[in-house]
Amino acid sequence: MTASAFWQIAIVLLVAGGLSVPVGHYLARVFMNERTFLDPVLDPLDRLAYRIIGRETVSVPMTWKGYAVNMLLTNVLMGLLIYLILVWQGALPLNPLHFPDLNPFLAFNTAASFITNTNWQNYGGESTLSLLSQMAAITFPMFTSAATGFVVAIGFFRALASRNGGQDLGNFYRDFVRVLTRVFLLPCLLITPILVWQGSPETLGAMAVAHLVQGGTQHIPMGPVADLEVIKHLGTNGGGFFNANSAHPFENPTPLTNFIETLLMMVTPMALVIAFGRIVGNKKLARVMYSVMALMLVAALVVAVSAEQGGTPLLAHAGLMQHAGHGQAGGNMVGKEVRFGVTQSAIFNTVSTAFTTGTVNSTPDSYTPIGGMVLLVQMMLNCVFGGKGVGALNFLMYGILAVFIAGLMVGRTPEFLGKKIEKREIVLASLALLIHPLIILVPTAWSLIAPYGVSSLGNSGSHGLSEILYAFTSAAANNGSAFAGLNGNTPWYNVSLGLVILFGRYVSIIFMLALGGSLAAKPAVQETVGTLRTDTALFGGFWLATIIVVGALTFFPGLVLGPIAEFFALHAHHMPWGPR
Amino acid sequence: MRQYLGSAVRFTIVTWLLFGLGYPLLEVGINQVLFPGPANGSLVRLHGQVVGSRLIEQRFTGAAWFHGRPSAVHDDPRSSGGSNLGPLSSKLFRHLMERRQRLERRHPSLVGKRLPADMITSSGSGLDPDISPATAYLQAPWVARARGIPVAIVRRLVTSHIRGPWLGLFGNARVNVLMLNLALQNAEHGR
Repeated sequence: MTASAFWQIAIVLLVAGGLSVPVGHYLARVFMNERTFLDPVLDPLDRLAYRIIGRETVSVPMTWKGYAVNMLLTNVLMGLLIYLILVWQGALPLNPLHFPDLNPFLAFNTAASFITNTNWQNYGGESTLSLLSQMAAITFPMFTSAATGFVVAIGFFRALASRNGGQDLGNFYRDFVRVLTRVFLLPCLLITPILVWQGSPETLGAMAVAHLVQGGTQHIPMGPVADLEVIKHLGTNGGGFFNANSAHPFENPTPLTNFIETLLMMVTPMALVIAFGRIVGNKKLARVMYSVMALMLVAALVVAVSAEQGGTPLLAHAGLMQHAGHGQAGGNMVGKEVRFGVTQSAIFNTVSTAFTTGTVNSTPDSYTPIGGMVLLVQMMLNCVFGGKGVGALNFLMYGILAVFIAGLMVGRTPEFLGKKIEKREIVLASLALLIHPLIILVPTAWSLIAPYGVSSLGNSGSHGLSEILYAFTSAAANNGSAFAGLNGNTPWYNVSLGLVILFGRYVSIIFMLALGGSLAAKPAVQETVGTLRTDTALFGGFWLATIIVVGALTFFPGLVLGPIAEFFALHAHHMPWGPR
Repeated sequence: MRQYLGSAVRFTIVTWLLFGLGYPLLEVGINQVLFPGPANGSLVRLHGQVVGSRLIEQRFTGAAWFHGRPSAVHDDPRSSGGSNLGPLSSKLFRHLMERRQRLERRHPSLVGKRLPADMITSSGSGLDPDISPATAYLQAPWVARARGIPVAIVRRLVTSHIRGPWLGLFGNARVNVLMLNLALQNAEHGR
């Protein structure tokens, strides 16, 4: 790795880590209903929202079931609203380019994708969506889906800390409103103008026509882009205004916006771990979790940046410079932008898959085998900090498994945060984790043997397998990034990916909430010498090992057939372009 | 449940109005006032006519102009995107060799030379407005010859259009092709 790459990684991590501490304490104050500095301004807004929702509803203490039911209820309604906007787009206002209605398959896929914080896109925004759809069907769920993840995580954290048997975890609607007003609103309002200043459009004019220097015309679509960009990253959503997503110069015009967007993705999920420590009253445990996640992230960043900077034999054989220097970037610049170069591209996409945002500033399909595999593996593990709320929950599921396994190995009673881990908890944690490989591997296998599955491929051989595996992994992890050579806009992929997205989101969340409810209902046990301590570096190492072993055992065969096979083929000497 | 249904409906409508309409429209209003240029696409005007956007690549042909990177979408902003060809793709290799040979035919001095990594690879957006300084300097001699102006002047023009990495570290040095070409045209008219 070059010195410049090292410092770019180090500074991004240090700034994000530094910001996550105060933000984590702020989040904890918000979630524990303590006073925050914005209360004088926001309290009246909250009260107005409570009045509209209904005073009785917002004052009911809820159990985990209350959280689950209201999550489903609000999400179904919002999903339906998005679906209707998309299928009636042609008849609705603010459609200056007269785009037609979306077909029901695509509208279903898009609604499912955006209401679950996935933001998988089987369409190109600039050629499909009206300005109204971009605002009211895309930007809108970017707020609510991110808030949903947060609220679920808060409910779960409170269940772990509950002293009333889980009868009062708080109120779903109150939490939802507070997350919207106290976490998302202000950064969005303030950061949008910075992106516009750097070059991101913010207009209701949908298209500019340019008469080019050498003749000919160019039609340049635009719209309210910058406001979408902020919540897209802050909410770890990831769905772009344009097909090229954050590689598009209007979405991400300069290295400065790239830095801002990277930080927006990172800070709140990192801060949530710190908030977790304060809410459950065990900061040491939070530190262990934070360190393990950070370790995985650092490893991923180093491997991805090195792989992309290393280039490939194919590019070398085509006579391209492979080393950075002399005023050019070197490495693998296929599908990457000059203003970001190799390093900022690889950092951005790695962060995007770690924090399950799914935004990309360079095309993952054209990454080197190892660079692409890093993105894939992070989504398979789905807990390298992870997306809004759910990443921390997945990590805790692995923790509960780790406690159980370690307890069996050394003959201690498995306990987590003072609660006994028994059969019911293990079953629920296993289900929450096992649904993930199930909904990735089964539809991947199905797509690989079905003619309507392989006909969408953009690349052949092991890379084709990676394209399909990546698609279902991205859908199941609610990430949304893609090996975009695969054409997903077919009935099969629209429906199968849509269903995987819904299962990946709601089934695992419900299992997690049930687990939280089950733990909350248990009496706390006194810590004794027989207790296996979970807030130590030793257990952190075991936690990491559990994640890697479970993840590797589950997904290794798929990785061998996809990116690993491709790596060896690429570096073999008998390739179509002859010996090196 | 019934009580929740009404609340959920009202909640959905309120958040939709606030965040689906209120927030974007408010930002449009604010930014149209604060930054009208970039908010409307950073359009470049010449004699009152829009000749392109500073941020969107446009095709230049012929030896008298600096060329941008190859585009997988033919520089059409209505369908942005990259080639999505994998690292092992024989199609990718064919594309690279075709572009290379086309360059070598026109400029024999390039035969056997290693090219800058961005010069014949297509970008992620298909609309990358920039090239690396190396790619720009490489083109300077033939641009100068085609226009009949000294190479030194063209090279100086390239140098003055280099934007370094942010804080000297983040991202890559870059040259905006449209702005460079407009300056080139200007310089020639000025002589």
